[in-house]
Amino acid sequence: MAAGPMKMRATLGSGYTDVRVLMTHPMTTAQSNQPLHFIQNITVKQNGKTVVEAQISQAVSRNPVFTFRIKGGAKGDKIEVSWLDNKGESNKIESAVA
Amino acid sequence: MDYLRRTVLGALAVVLLQPLAALAAAWNKDAFAAKTPQDALKGIGAGDAGASKDLVIEAPQIAENGAVVPIEISSAIAGTTSIAVIIEKNPFPLAAQFDFDNGALPYVKLNVKMNETSDIRAVATAGGRRYAATKEIKVTIGGCGG
Repeated sequence: MAAGPMKMRATLGSGYTDVRVLMTHPMTTAQSNQPLHFIQNITVKQNGKTVVEAQISQAVSRNPVFTFRIKGGAKGDKIEVSWLDNKGESNKIESAVA
Repeated sequence: MDYLRRTVLGALAVVLLQPLAALAAAWNKDAFAAKTPQDALKGIGAGDAGASKDLVIEAPQIAENGAVVPIEISSAIAGTTSIAVIIEKNPFPLAAQFDFDNGALPYVKLNVKMNETSDIRAVATAGGRRYAATKEIKVTIGGCGG
């Protein structure tokens, strides 16, 4: 299975913004019989400013889903999430807070 | 001739850009390669973390499928800038580290793989100090073969 598209939903809560993001990725481990292939870095930006930087391992489940939370925020804020894996592949998605 | 020049320039660009990409995205190779939770903690500079009730792990007590174990971690410790997740009995215990800045709340929800029943340890960094919390999750079927 190859890496593929992402999905994201950014919504306003009371006093915070929730960012829920799905990444299509095999996240294969050293224990499987497949080549080691997993996302290593994730960056979340709000209106161009980095808010979360993550380093992850092969222990994150296949097709990773994350929820991040940002203080405050407003409708229309631009949220961008990008990832980079151990083979140098990458992807990103951008959407506005609803 | 032109083609040759382009090829050479293209190859040069690939060689030159690779180290730049590596610099742009830091990945703590030593900590992620650690095979014991103690070495993973040392790798992220958290060998001395003390327990805190303000760091909370929400997760099921029993996970039937170790391939997808949902965990939610939040810190009420003022000034939390980072949260790391260590699955003590996984072959490589360090699962993730999240750094928060510019208004991100110290909160994350994710799915992890667990090889067997194990403690999950969260480590928060706040004001240069380290705080830890643990929670045991029982796993019926291990999930590291995927």
